[in-house]
Amino acid sequence: MHRRGVGAGAIAKKKFAEAKYKERGTVLAEDQIAQMSKQLETFRSHLEEFASKHKQEIRKSSQFRVQFQEMCATIGVDPLASGKGFWSEMLGVGDFYYELGVQIIEVCLALKHRNGGLITLDELHQRVLKGRGKFAQDVSQDDLVRAIKKLKAMGNGFGMIPVGGSYLVQSVPAELNMDHTVVLQLAERKGYVTVSEVKEGLKWERERAGHVLDHLLKEGLAWLDMQADGEPQYWLPALFSDLTSQDVSPEEANQMSP
Amino acid sequence: KWLRLASAKLDVGVVLLSTHRLVWRDQKNHECCISIPLSQIIFFEEQAAGVGKSAKIVIHLHPAPTNKEPGPYQHSKFSYIKLSFKEHGQIEFYRRLTEEMTQKRWENTPASQPIPTATASQAGRTRAVGIVGIERKLEEKRKETDKNISEAFEDLNKLMVKAKEMVELSRSIASKIKEKQGDITEDETIRFKSYLLSMGIADPVTRETHGSGTHYHMQLAKQLSDMLQAPLEERGGMMALTEVYCLVNRARGMELLSPEDLVNACKMFESLKLPLRLRVFDSGVMVVQLQSHSEEEMIVSALDNVSDKGSLTAEEFAKLLGLSVLLSKERLLLAEKMGHLCRDDSVEGLRFYPNLF
Repeated sequence: MHRRGVGAGAIAKKKFAEAKYKERGTVLAEDQIAQMSKQLETFRSHLEEFASKHKQEIRKSSQFRVQFQEMCATIGVDPLASGKGFWSEMLGVGDFYYELGVQIIEVCLALKHRNGGLITLDELHQRVLKGRGKFAQDVSQDDLVRAIKKLKAMGNGFGMIPVGGSYLVQSVPAELNMDHTVVLQLAERKGYVTVSEVKEGLKWERERAGHVLDHLLKEGLAWLDMQADGEPQYWLPALFSDLTSQDVSPEEANQMSP
Repeated sequence: KWLRLASAKLDVGVVLLSTHRLVWRDQKNHECCISIPLSQIIFFEEQAAGVGKSAKIVIHLHPAPTNKEPGPYQHSKFSYIKLSFKEHGQIEFYRRLTEEMTQKRWENTPASQPIPTATASQAGRTRAVGIVGIERKLEEKRKETDKNISEAFEDLNKLMVKAKEMVELSRSIASKIKEKQGDITEDETIRFKSYLLSMGIADPVTRETHGSGTHYHMQLAKQLSDMLQAPLEERGGMMALTEVYCLVNRARGMELLSPEDLVNACKMFESLKLPLRLRVFDSGVMVVQLQSHSEEEMIVSALDNVSDKGSLTAEEFAKLLGLSVLLSKERLLLAEKMGHLCRDDSVEGLRFYPNLF
């Protein structure tokens, strides 16, 4: 039983308002909420039925997951918003992506001392798969991207930067504007870049190029090789391929030139 | 249907087509089975039926490779074979063969076994018949899987139609709340929000007036408060939200929290008078902080440590306190903001000094 305004005056006022609305054929919000409650129960049982038939499909098929996610987005539903949501509870989609989120955070944290908090989606994918072990459910890059989008809600600077046809995943709150992004994209080919290359490639002045590269150094995203032939080279650990990189412990990293 | 070669040893049989090969099997003696890989086919054509002649398909082949498996004939003067369809099936077969020759699926998935063309009978089933059986099973399984997936998609479509109705209803309600059409109680609003939560529908209207939390988040906030006391103490009173997320979800094992659940629960700490706070730094980093570890204390500790060592970087400070670099940096920045520290920002790193000005 709800208690609205008490007193004869309030009751009369309410009756008047109700009559006015009903006259116009408008349904009151509170009636619709009651209606929604019923419809929700019905929907829940439909979802339950769907789950009993197809829950495996979601788990096994990344193609199905993509389709599912896209349809949800189209109708305006976020199946990953809450672990308490029907989708999560009944289809198990939640646990799949939230656990993936944990694994992504852990990989990024473990490598941060080496790459400054920037990692290619490929490398992230490989390492997450490795961490999950060979008997675990396979995950696609699309799955990772969706999990990362959810992680953004927690601050901490999770983001994705388009580079060379794929993405760099950022996991630190470093300020990266368009200039930084475009230099990263330029460096993607070789894993490093020089001031002259930035100047020529982007038609910038030396000062601007230097400024951007210094920022990357300060944020720990780039390392400076002063002993290279010719100009000093700014290397981006995030872009190193497995062939040219080697694992460095945090202590070793601190001792190297920034 | 029969296959006539130079001399008619192979007579009445059935011709079968897979994605990789063409197989002919004697109708009477199932153990007599021969095949040709589709990759050997250059070209094929129909020959219409006429008076006294049955419809045929003529298949022109590449010269036999040197590593050809032994077969009914080691060589032939003909570079083609003819399939004669005595009864029926020529049209359908021609169509299917065209399809397979267009798609060339054998190029994508190598046939797992070489083609045994043995006609010798052995005890029990021969391999040749086995392969045909396997291929049929695979085809059935493929069809079954396709059927399952398409059934799943069909059901998914139906489900989404119903979900869309829910979304539309909720939008109608939200706009009525906004326009104040009707008299909604607190109770009803809270119920409505929990419906939205169940469906995963965002609602800016009620978020403005009532925040994003629901009863669920309130309970969660209390659980978190209990659970995080000790870990927070161990970590100097502060943890990044991502750290909390990992800690809590690893402990739960299942029925995990979404990132938004965590954020919404933490936002309720203050109103529920719990001894924790959610805090957002200028950088955007979000942390959970013990209320007892006041800001004052943190700044004093930062200043003391920096003065003690003359200067500190975030990494050095992190090592001293046993904290993460991220949070150490935030403390130093905070102390700097309050005017107690100043910075030296060079390519060698960001270093903080006591502010003597």
